[in-house]
Amino acid sequence: MGMIDPANAAPIPPGADQDAILRAVGDEITNRGFVIAKADKLFNWARSGSLWPMTFGLACCAVEMMHSAASRYDMDRYGMLFRPSPRQSDVMIVAGTLTNKMAPALRRVYDQMPEPRWVLSMGSCANGGGYYHYSYAVVRGCDRIVPVDVYVPGCPPTAEALIYGLLQLQKKIRRTATIARR
Amino acid sequence: MTDNDLIEAAEPGLPSLASLADMAEHLGDVGGKPVLSCSVSGDEIEIRVAAADIPQILATIRDDRRAGFTQLIDITAVDYPERASRFDVVYLLLSMRNNMRVRVVASVAEGQAVPSVTPMFMSANWAEREAWDMFGIFFAGHPDLRRLLTDYGFEGHPLRKDFPLTGHVEVRYDDAQRRVVNEPVHLTQEFRDFDFLSPWEGMQREIGKSDKSSDSNNPGE
Repeated sequence: MGMIDPANAAPIPPGADQDAILRAVGDEITNRGFVIAKADKLFNWARSGSLWPMTFGLACCAVEMMHSAASRYDMDRYGMLFRPSPRQSDVMIVAGTLTNKMAPALRRVYDQMPEPRWVLSMGSCANGGGYYHYSYAVVRGCDRIVPVDVYVPGCPPTAEALIYGLLQLQKKIRRTATIARR
Repeated sequence: MTDNDLIEAAEPGLPSLASLADMAEHLGDVGGKPVLSCSVSGDEIEIRVAAADIPQILATIRDDRRAGFTQLIDITAVDYPERASRFDVVYLLLSMRNNMRVRVVASVAEGQAVPSVTPMFMSANWAEREAWDMFGIFFAGHPDLRRLLTDYGFEGHPLRKDFPLTGHVEVRYDDAQRRVVNEPVHLTQEFRDFDFLSPWEGMQREIGKSDKSSDSNNPGE
């Protein structure tokens, strides 16, 4: 696509000429009370601005996740409210040790989440097995089971660190998510 | 009413069994023939019996009015692989009346079945399931002896001494089969055991030696 000079139907390359035309058109529209935005940016703003986590609090990290949702490091300020159902959530926060027995359940919950969905791995156990890395009953990292977008290190990560991780996830969404079907 | 009054009310006329040594002696008396040994070490009473006598001895010390060990706290086991009877099944009981705990121990060989005490103590149900799952000790007469803690298709008894720390299988999601699969375990870095002296003990020999000015971590040395 691109811009075409109406006078002689020749395409105008991106540059100063194109910018001038765009600005003129934009000013006209704005003066009449409209706002222009790219569809991608608009959807990403909506997705990152109301990121509903599905809690997968497995062990001790769940308590720090509760801390981050409580009054001091309120997650609700960022539009994040915890949904108990995977069908209604955008991001799954895997908080805690993932054991072999829990792995199929984790995968099933992940499969039930509708697209677009992201996974945030919280804590040392979810990142790579953590304190129980050499145990016979632990999955060495939840990324063996689900694809992970953001890893938050810590044992447990402070509530602040989890908020930081979620903000990084928001940045990643704004940067990489598209409305094209995958 | 103080606690002492309550205890004595249970058995009027008899002194309460206040000390562990008294209790140990009393248990040896009421236990009778099945008791192989009854000893006190520190603040713990231990009774050793043969495996077949376990229900009888547990019933005895539960029903005896002066002992009154009515609560079964836990059933567990210890693995001594070099012995012929490799497991020591341990029953922990609590007497609320006397505020005392006792340990009943029986030696069990690998394939040997131990009579279950589930009919007598409800808490034995899951405790025996755990002992079966972790050690492989079979409890005869248990209403529902199946695994409790390990994964559903898990093979092996993890708390035995010959079971490796990392186990034999590990788990990952297989995209092709669209389910979680078990695979032989493959560690990228094996378990390292740092069994050195503590840093303070190790440094004792270094104090007094010269030329520690370069060590900025120990300004006091």
